[in-house]
Amino acid sequence: MARQGSRGGSESKKMSSELFTLTYGALVTQLCKDYENDEDVNKQLDKMGYNIGVRLVEDFLARSNVGRCHDFRETADVIAKVAFKMYLGITPSITNWSPSGDEFSLILENNPLVDFVELPDNHSSLIYSNLLCGVLRGALEMVQMAVDVRFLLDTLKGDGVTEIRMKFIRRIEDNLPVGEE
Amino acid sequence: MCINSTMDARFTRGKSAILERSLTRPKTDVSLSAFSLLFSEIVQYCQNRVYSVSELQNKLSELGQQVGARILDVLVMREKNGKRETKVINILLFIKVTVWKALFGKEADKLEQANDDDKTYYIIEKEPLINTYISVPKENSTLNCASFTAGIVEAMLTCSGFPAKVTAHWHKGTTLMIKFDESVIARDKALDGR
Repeated sequence: MARQGSRGGSESKKMSSELFTLTYGALVTQLCKDYENDEDVNKQLDKMGYNIGVRLVEDFLARSNVGRCHDFRETADVIAKVAFKMYLGITPSITNWSPSGDEFSLILENNPLVDFVELPDNHSSLIYSNLLCGVLRGALEMVQMAVDVRFLLDTLKGDGVTEIRMKFIRRIEDNLPVGEE
Repeated sequence: MCINSTMDARFTRGKSAILERSLTRPKTDVSLSAFSLLFSEIVQYCQNRVYSVSELQNKLSELGQQVGARILDVLVMREKNGKRETKVINILLFIKVTVWKALFGKEADKLEQANDDDKTYYIIEKEPLINTYISVPKENSTLNCASFTAGIVEAMLTCSGFPAKVTAHWHKGTTLMIKFDESVIARDKALDGR
């Protein structure tokens, strides 16, 4: 018997990407008012993203029916083709593998977080979509992968594409009870 | 002079095609989970910076106002051919129907006027999208995160020339109470009289 397709879980409900984009924009604006410098805003966005990732991974595993990934390449595929598609409706491409296979880049064609966004000149070091880094880090941590995630290129900063670099650091060893897995 | 130079900077800044972008409805939809998780973080962030439920609601409303002020123009251009409403009842219907469809995928359940007060209107939603995954703790039972939506509506009304105060309440589901400025009602009556 064929296994149930990747949409085996309950189909996730969709909503207006505009409300999502603008709500995110309102958050970033608020953080820029609340914190003195862009670095702190970046940190706060990463932290909030992490909190989201930790919860999002549960939702993802329940809906997607993907099993355990056996290597980082499989992880990359699942993130780009299943997870990004499911949550943001986009499919980034995967490029620039390091020879040892522990680093790759996600190239985002149209990041819904930045629709109609322009950075004012006085926020040149703001990493507007830094929330995404936190989300990826938090979600992967919950499946025992410590990963470094950062933006290398950003269309908001005038780069041609948006590139998120992901680097596998190590497997997180859980103290599993004897006999489990 | 000063304005000119900033204008130039903006136009020469580059290929940022943002001004060339079409305003038609974007095709990509995001998942409700993504929004809910983001909104939940926003509520928690605000909660950490306030001392009371009413302050929290004000903060959420302020964030909503940011959204409302921005979505107004795009919807007027897209759905109304750039023509703005001048009558109270029309702007309220615009919000109940057009705005709600664009933001939440459906019309608002009800629009009512208060029996005893010609300044006060209600938009009633049985199950507001914003509150889909939010459970309100007993000790904060008055908290309604639809204050965010109230902020959206308040900014839309105010930016359209109908200054109003909009608040969210638990009544028949969630009710957004819209209280217009005296001047708005007076003007509306004057327009009727002509």
